[in-house]
Amino acid sequence: MMRRLLAIWHARNLEFVRDRSTLIFTLLLPVMLIVGMSFVFGGPARPLFKVGVLASRIDKQAHPFLKERYVDFVPIASENDGLPKLTHQQIDLLLDLRGTPRYWVNTDSPKGYIVERLLLVAAPSAQRQPVTGAAIRYVDWLFPGILGMNMMFSCLFGVGYVVLRYRKSGFLKRLHATPLTAFEFLTAQVLSRLCLILFVTGILYVGISAIIHFHCAGSVALLLLVAVLGALSMIALGLIIAAAISSEELVGGLLNLLTWPMMLVSGIWFSLEGSPRWVQWGAHIFPLTHVLDAARGIMLDGAGISQIAPNLLYLAVTAFVFLVLGAWSFRWRIE
Amino acid sequence: MIPILEVRDLFKQYPGVNAVDGVSFSVPAGICFGLLGPNGAGKTTTIEIMEGILAPTRGEVRYRGEPIGARFRAEAGILFQKTALQDFLTVRQTLNLFRGLYDQGLEVEEVIRLCALEKLASRDNRKLSGGQQQRLLLAIALVNDPAILFLDEPTTGLDPQARRNFWELIQSIKARNKTIILTTHYMDEAELLCDDIAIMDRGHIIARGGPRQLLQEHFEEVLLEIPRQDFPESARQLALKTIDFTDRIEIATQDLETTLRTLMDAHVPLKHLRIRPPNLEDLFLELTGKELRT
Repeated sequence: MMRRLLAIWHARNLEFVRDRSTLIFTLLLPVMLIVGMSFVFGGPARPLFKVGVLASRIDKQAHPFLKERYVDFVPIASENDGLPKLTHQQIDLLLDLRGTPRYWVNTDSPKGYIVERLLLVAAPSAQRQPVTGAAIRYVDWLFPGILGMNMMFSCLFGVGYVVLRYRKSGFLKRLHATPLTAFEFLTAQVLSRLCLILFVTGILYVGISAIIHFHCAGSVALLLLVAVLGALSMIALGLIIAAAISSEELVGGLLNLLTWPMMLVSGIWFSLEGSPRWVQWGAHIFPLTHVLDAARGIMLDGAGISQIAPNLLYLAVTAFVFLVLGAWSFRWRIE
Repeated sequence: MIPILEVRDLFKQYPGVNAVDGVSFSVPAGICFGLLGPNGAGKTTTIEIMEGILAPTRGEVRYRGEPIGARFRAEAGILFQKTALQDFLTVRQTLNLFRGLYDQGLEVEEVIRLCALEKLASRDNRKLSGGQQQRLLLAIALVNDPAILFLDEPTTGLDPQARRNFWELIQSIKARNKTIILTTHYMDEAELLCDDIAIMDRGHIIARGGPRQLLQEHFEEVLLEIPRQDFPESARQLALKTIDFTDRIEIATQDLETTLRTLMDAHVPLKHLRIRPPNLEDLFLELTGKELRT
């Protein structure tokens, strides 16, 4: 038995080692993840609280409170920028030190309560400003993230692996012998997956909304448009990965390379407020970031089409570019 | 008259291998053309270039006088050597899928009837036996009512009964005046089905013509088969043209009576002697020194 086991073990190792692209990728992915995580979560000990300060930059000498340890002070351009963040608990307190100190605190936030106590020690005369409007629960903030994450996995893996399986089994080769064009095939795959994703996401939306008593502040039709464009963009991205590759392990690795950074920096679980500027900027390369920005804008703030137009445009353009690239690089058979 | 298919000076090179090395031939409409050869002879590469699936390194294939294009894809039916189908579809759903890819063709129910798939129409295509699956693949190749049908080793791996059933099907399709391009390494299949054959070896065509014509051109002899254990070592001294096989000795002769007398005089037991005319496998052996099925 051991001999047979060793024979299979050896053959599989040879197969793996000789598949150079997969081997390199397998070694590269963990390194990239570690580097990426170190940038997002690295640096000194993570602060416990996040306080927005109405200023273009933080000057630690401006007020004794700004020297507090374990508090992350982030500059915020205006009240209009800061208050939604406070409402959504992306920051725990909003502080204005220009003139008489005043602050805004989210009364539903436990962290807001504690950081307020700290502030009042350093600035007892600071004026308290009540936050108007309904407080956003974390579950409400998380809801679009969960829907988006589900969409992302379904788009990328659902299409990428299916096309790869068709190619490996020879089914694509058989289709190639018919009048079907690559563009027709890919478009059919995209539309099929799109319908499935919209159906599943719709069910999840209705079901979860009922369970957590969520009410969408904006237009559901606009939300549907975001879902359609977002799904199209991510499905087409999955098609690019699977367009010409025949190795399941390589496709799996590349899909992980896409999904992990999106999981980390697109804002599914937590806000990137306070992370390095370039990380926040870099996150906007990913379609999921635009989907979540637009969806949260509609679902939580009641944003209209003009406010999310840049996100919609980005998703539409990437969907088109990815689909054209996918069709261009598409291979019917293993060469 | 323009041939339905014309192959001109075809080359296909892979690193270190000339899979197809300067092949040219033409196929008139309405016949069954067979491409024969052992594994690795270049048959499948040639047929895949003819099907427009594989690009040649050099040379061209013309369908009805035009380069392979949209018209060819609409009018050709193809049965590959190996094809997987979409999972979770029944036979009828699979045929509907492929019928939907063509503007014109046969009704799915007609194809089901033609390929004797009536009892299997509602079965999941993954649950078909080898012979049933080949019938489904043939049905898929027929959904567009093709003018030209490519069959790449269609009966490889089938049991004798399934092979015979499949041959009957192909004969019924042939009767509908279709052009058939068949690759096979079964000489009995080629002899039964083909009107014209080309024998390939190492990327070249080494013989071309009708099966009978080729055999008449290359053989004036009949073959005597004697089991190896019945052929004593002393008989090897006889003035006979013998060919050694693992289980038998074959003797080629133009003078049957004299050869039989020589064997009897040498006390070679003739109880299991078999006399047969040469076939395409013998022809291949004669031409290349190799057995057809190697």
